[in-house]
Amino acid sequence: MRLGVKLVLVAVVVVAAGVIIGFYVSNLTTLAGSPAYSVPVQNVNGHPVVNLEIQTVAAIGPKLSQNPDWVSYLIHTQNGWKRETVWNLPANATVHVTIYNFDGASGLRNPYYGRPQGMVGNRVLIDGKPANAVDPNEASHTFAVPALGIITAIPGVADDAKNQCGFAPCPLSNAHRTIQFVFHTTTPGHYRWQCFVPCAAGWIFGFGGPMQTIGYMDGFLNVKA
Amino acid sequence: MAANPNAAPAQPIDSTNHGLRVVIAWLVLSAIATPLVAIYVGPLIPPGNGSVQGQGQTFSNQVMTSLVTPVLCLMVVFFGYGLIRFHARRNEAILDGPPLRNDSRVQILWIVITSAMVLFLAGFGTYELLKDGAGGGQGPNPIAFPANHQSAFQVQVIGQQWQFTYRYPSLGGMESNQLVLPANSVIALHVTSLDVVHSFWAYELGVKADANPGVDNVAYVETKGPMLFHVRCAELCGLWHGYMYNTGRVVPSAQFRGWAAQELTIYHAIKPYVNRPADKGGAPYSHIYLPAPERRAG
Repeated sequence: MRLGVKLVLVAVVVVAAGVIIGFYVSNLTTLAGSPAYSVPVQNVNGHPVVNLEIQTVAAIGPKLSQNPDWVSYLIHTQNGWKRETVWNLPANATVHVTIYNFDGASGLRNPYYGRPQGMVGNRVLIDGKPANAVDPNEASHTFAVPALGIITAIPGVADDAKNQCGFAPCPLSNAHRTIQFVFHTTTPGHYRWQCFVPCAAGWIFGFGGPMQTIGYMDGFLNVKA
Repeated sequence: MAANPNAAPAQPIDSTNHGLRVVIAWLVLSAIATPLVAIYVGPLIPPGNGSVQGQGQTFSNQVMTSLVTPVLCLMVVFFGYGLIRFHARRNEAILDGPPLRNDSRVQILWIVITSAMVLFLAGFGTYELLKDGAGGGQGPNPIAFPANHQSAFQVQVIGQQWQFTYRYPSLGGMESNQLVLPANSVIALHVTSLDVVHSFWAYELGVKADANPGVDNVAYVETKGPMLFHVRCAELCGLWHGYMYNTGRVVPSAQFRGWAAQELTIYHAIKPYVNRPADKGGAPYSHIYLPAPERRAG
């Protein structure tokens, strides 16, 4: 085989490998094989408005995961609660977020995250009452979109609460806390969201498993034009 | 006597002084390339002139690149000359070259030159590091200080999966997810982590320091004029490592005070909780900032 042909073959293989690796990394860091849920959009006076209804549970259970004891977020879809954490949202929209938390408190590692920020008014409604701070000791999880500056701690259900939820999906008849806030999406892009509480029970310092796996305590807001 | 038909063909006598040619070509190429690299390429090498330390790193890179240029030229000329002058043409008989022989002058010259370069670079690098810390993390007990480091503006950099936050002890321990620094100031960055090992890399400022749990890693930087700079985590730290970045700002003092006042109003709501004793779930400002992991883990 001539040297020129060999060089061309090597170049083609290198480029092909680069493209394959690029696609793999791109998929891993953006969608990671997790199905994306398009949240229904309402048109209010020509302005896109979205209601994002999610819940956090201490254990996802056997119906929704092969890891039944993993902590997780779920989203309320037209087909019920789903363990999907990649959500399609419109750009420049108003997003009304309601989080139902069925998990107990484990505390914030960094108390600073007890300060709600980045949403309208820099405050949240906790069980219907406005709050501009969450006691770090009472926090169960956080919902944070760092690139948008959004973070709120989510207070946990009292340890002695009655009728606690065993595993997901949890009905609202179970003991829970409700957190509500409003934020605005901006330009199109992939915005990752995550929990800042090391809440993965059973892992070293709570940082493994569901904290490191998209589809549980991490996900993306795919903001689309 | 009849000639042996299997004997190797006689080597043609080559009276050309190839060594002299290579040396002349090398000197000419180096004389042209080195100043060009020093003047036009060196200043383009990161991190740039955003801070005194960044400027020092750029200068160091400029010196080292200039020094390495003649070495690169020698390799290019040596291999280029060899490939052009000594390659066999198609269908040409392959002849062995002249035997290689020791030349103590070349060997001594090579050892002297390379030793001098290595020793110079070691001395130069040590001087540049000790001059002002060069923007690197020096651990809890730094040994290299910039001038006026006693009055340095303190900022604590906290790495956590997966965001950097920043505490300002001179502002009552106020914490923010934005890194804003006053211009023309000496800054002492106290870098630490709440979980795994991160690395704080303020690229355009020329600052890089590992963030280890329970360790106060101090890095000094002297800011210059207003600018934007990028902060990235430079240590693979988990799922969202690639997203662990933000943009910092160096701003004039008046603008810094305005920003601080605005951030303080936001921070005010959480301050009482943060300032509680650690055993009550608080985290009063401390250079060693590590909440009890047992209590905080899920």
